[in-house]
Amino acid sequence: MTVAAKSSSPPARKRPFWTMERRDSLAGYLFIAPQMIGITVFVLIPLGLVFWYSLHEWNVLAQTFRFQGLGNYQTLLSDPGLPQVLGATAIFSVGLVIFNMGLALLLAVLLDQKLKGITLYRTLFFSPVVVSLVAWTIVWGFLLQNNGGINALLATFGIEGPNWLRHPTTAMISVIVVQVFKNVGLNMVLFLAALQGVPRELYEAARVDGTPAFKQFTRITLPMISPTVLLTSIITIVGSLQVFAQIAVLTQGGPGMSTTVLVYYLYQQAFQFHKFGYGATLSILLFVVVAVLTFIQWQMRRKLVFYEN
Amino acid sequence: MKTDLSPRMKVLVYGLMSVLLIPFVFPTWWMVTSSVKPISDIFAFPPDIVPTRFDFSTYGRVFELQPFAQQYWNSAYIAALVTAGTMLFSSMAGYAFARIRFPFANTLFMILLIGLLIPAEVTIVPLFQIFLGWDMINTHWPLILIPIFGAPSVFATFVMRQFFIALPKELEEAARVDGLGRFKIFWTIALPLARPALGAVAIFTFLHSWNLYLEPIVFLSSPANFTLPQALTQFTDAYGGALWNVQLAAATMTALPVLIVFIIAQRQFVEGLAHSGLKG
Repeated sequence: MTVAAKSSSPPARKRPFWTMERRDSLAGYLFIAPQMIGITVFVLIPLGLVFWYSLHEWNVLAQTFRFQGLGNYQTLLSDPGLPQVLGATAIFSVGLVIFNMGLALLLAVLLDQKLKGITLYRTLFFSPVVVSLVAWTIVWGFLLQNNGGINALLATFGIEGPNWLRHPTTAMISVIVVQVFKNVGLNMVLFLAALQGVPRELYEAARVDGTPAFKQFTRITLPMISPTVLLTSIITIVGSLQVFAQIAVLTQGGPGMSTTVLVYYLYQQAFQFHKFGYGATLSILLFVVVAVLTFIQWQMRRKLVFYEN
Repeated sequence: MKTDLSPRMKVLVYGLMSVLLIPFVFPTWWMVTSSVKPISDIFAFPPDIVPTRFDFSTYGRVFELQPFAQQYWNSAYIAALVTAGTMLFSSMAGYAFARIRFPFANTLFMILLIGLLIPAEVTIVPLFQIFLGWDMINTHWPLILIPIFGAPSVFATFVMRQFFIALPKELEEAARVDGLGRFKIFWTIALPLARPALGAVAIFTFLHSWNLYLEPIVFLSSPANFTLPQALTQFTDAYGGALWNVQLAAATMTALPVLIVFIIAQRQFVEGLAHSGLKG
């Protein structure tokens, strides 16, 4: 509190109660109060309640609310749908992350070049980010129909396209692709900012040494932007676990359960089948998955992330 | 990687970028152009990339089939409130955690970070019960309160804190010598300087609220209360089949205003996001 010492209050005989430190503390608490109260009411208490609910059999339609200990967790383990749901979630997340990060990096490298009109390209690649999510998904749903625009375009080349949203494999691919093109612009911009922060001298030195371009990329560029890669990968993975609107609009989890990811399953169980207790148990599962993945990635930063200092 | 490319490489880069651009630009183009085609032309084969005949009557039907103007207003005012609220609370909290030393600051900040870990999807079941208890189901309160205080606002607080940490100390010290209180310093000195970070927060928050889908379909039940994403999927015929032309016209009206604002202010948009403290 060097600041407090400098701005001395007039010398009073009695030390006032409202010293600089106390006033500062009070200000600090007042400043964070809305956020702390909010997080308590809308995140922390609900999180506690999720645990509590998950220990109950709670069917809203039948109006039952019975404590049953770990019963929901036993149901969870024996739920025949769960392996499919976890499988779909994993495929979606892995596919999305690989495709998203790879494309974002490729675009960022391309857009980092000194070329005329590059700003226009940046704007266009970024534009889907600001197109409303459901609007974007609806257009893609329209394009991906059996007689939709994509198959019509394929047909002009003499290719008969599949009914994209009605086959398990192509439905999953479609959902991933639609999501990647929507949001890859965000990661692209973050990578672009990171690329522009890499000192140019490093490349010049490498060029003098005759290092080929690809090696420059793996030896200089990737290590230098690794903090950004780590952060964006955390955000992208956690985001991929939250996907809901695209599934609800494009496939409703189908065909079969091939695109029923965890959040969609949770929504179905709780709000369509009115099994709140089981829905809460699935929420706990989602929470654990998010927490474990974040923790692993955070630990990985020591091994994978190169810090300049 | 910034090098002056050889002419051959230039052609290659332009070509590659132009091909890659198709899936980014074509859907929006298709949405806008299809919405002004007569329904028979929407499924024409081969497809008309550029419309040849125009039919704007679908835009009228959007407003006949649903209270679309009302739904538009709902989305707009909710996003505005959420953005304003998040900007205020996250900058206040971010400032306090960055610049004010008070007991338990670190512990409280760690608690806040837990909020970043917990997406609203995890807590949607108890949130439904809480808002049911407050008699706020089928009102807009959940769509306003949950984002202002949930994970997106914690992220905003984090971004604001990173920004305020980087501000030079001297700015405030001078003000304190002049006897300015904490709130005055925050409001008249720190906050105006934080404009870039605030811009990023505003963009993130607005887009997040504008795109919200799970919360509306869980909390809202009457069409007059719907927000746009939810309303878009409701344009169906008596058999539940999509009325594509109407859906696309409504989707165009939902997407285009934000897209136009973005194109006008795209530098601020992209730079704001790039400087949101994520650079690590």
